[in-house]
Amino acid sequence: MVGNEEKKGWSIGEMAQKAALDILDGSYVNLGIGMPELVADYVPEGREVIYHTENGLLGMGPVPEPGKEDPELINAGKKCVTAIPGACFFHHADSFTMIRGNHIDICVLGALQISEEGDLANWSTGAPDAIPAVGGAMDLVAGDIKIYVISRHTTKTGEPKIVRECTYPLTGKNVVNTIYTDLAIIDVTDKGLFIRELAPGVTFDYVQERTEAKLNQYS
Amino acid sequence: MINKIFASPAEAVEDIFDGAVVMISGFGEAGSPIELIHALIDQGAKDLTVISNNTGSGHVGLAALIAHRRVAKMICSFPRTANSKVFPELYKNGEIELELVPQGTLAERIRSGGAGIPAFYTPTSVGTPLAEGKETREFNGKTYVMQHALEADFSLVKCKAADRYGNLIYNKTARNFGPIMCTAAKTTIVQAKQIVGLGDIDPETVVTPGIFVNKVVEVANPAEESKLVAEDRRYPW
Repeated sequence: MVGNEEKKGWSIGEMAQKAALDILDGSYVNLGIGMPELVADYVPEGREVIYHTENGLLGMGPVPEPGKEDPELINAGKKCVTAIPGACFFHHADSFTMIRGNHIDICVLGALQISEEGDLANWSTGAPDAIPAVGGAMDLVAGDIKIYVISRHTTKTGEPKIVRECTYPLTGKNVVNTIYTDLAIIDVTDKGLFIRELAPGVTFDYVQERTEAKLNQYS
Repeated sequence: MINKIFASPAEAVEDIFDGAVVMISGFGEAGSPIELIHALIDQGAKDLTVISNNTGSGHVGLAALIAHRRVAKMICSFPRTANSKVFPELYKNGEIELELVPQGTLAERIRSGGAGIPAFYTPTSVGTPLAEGKETREFNGKTYVMQHALEADFSLVKCKAADRYGNLIYNKTARNFGPIMCTAAKTTIVQAKQIVGLGDIDPETVVTPGIFVNKVVEVANPAEESKLVAEDRRYPW
């Protein structure tokens, strides 16, 4: 089993594709930095989705062609982006009104840890020598926006990221709706964590062994 | 006659005093008023409390102001970026104070400061270390944390165009904190890429009404922070 471990489950692109399938036509979506950014590449054809970046742009387009970068047109990761026809710019208080005031529909984020109650830790490992930096992470999960987490199922060293209680400082309590990992799609419900879909060749027991929190199967 | 136009960044920042609270616009380099910050370094005011989303890059702009030990305290949401070296070093040595604020809470504290609202309740950060020691209250069965407004003695802001009344428009995502910071300071100082005549900015498209602005200075060719950082430039040159 150990020899085949690396090959099991979905690729990062497939994880992004799974999350993209759960973004309905007409949605306003905020994508976090890193793996969540890939989701934009997989939105099914025929669906029109508007991307929000919290530094002040609704209607974010793809990265510009080389030589067309504008340092005053960037995303929340401070990378150069483009604005689609129909885009608009706004200041930070308006941008977070869209977030905190539940005008954005879906936010896709990365995670360090997720608890079985849907608590999310994704801004700090709490290491004493680290410079604390939070950005907009806590605001994005504070409203009633649907929170999708896209993340490897375990850490690089094989430790479970889906745990009974987060040990890292929290970003928000009871905020995650769905988790997309390389092994499974997991819904966070009032009755616990439920596996909605298993990656090909992956069994329920295989996922449970790599998860500290208790998993359930829809009957 | 109302004329808020100043001849140079140096004249525009003349009144900033030791111990002042200064808001500085920008999200990374986008919207950072680098010429006003450099003028403030030349001017010499110290023991400043600076409110800005980040702490600057390399050794120019806000990072240079911090490197020259003019900043006693930073209030920000994300005090490091790929190229921030100055703040992390001073912070690790205990030589600068940090108040870490979630980005949306930072924006709302500034907006409230400008709007005459002393405090507000927000769901952001409830149940996290950043809400520890803060007053909470339940509304409709949900817990919220109280946050105080932020006000400043001065705001330094960058925009695209201004007129002599102080009406402003911005450029793309460089708008970020500019409009709310203009409202929240006793004295708002703006560097504009272009100063235009009254009426040249369509009243329907004015983003910051001139009433929120005190001083405007034209900086036609502002430095690009990322280029200066790539060349490892240090201010003063």
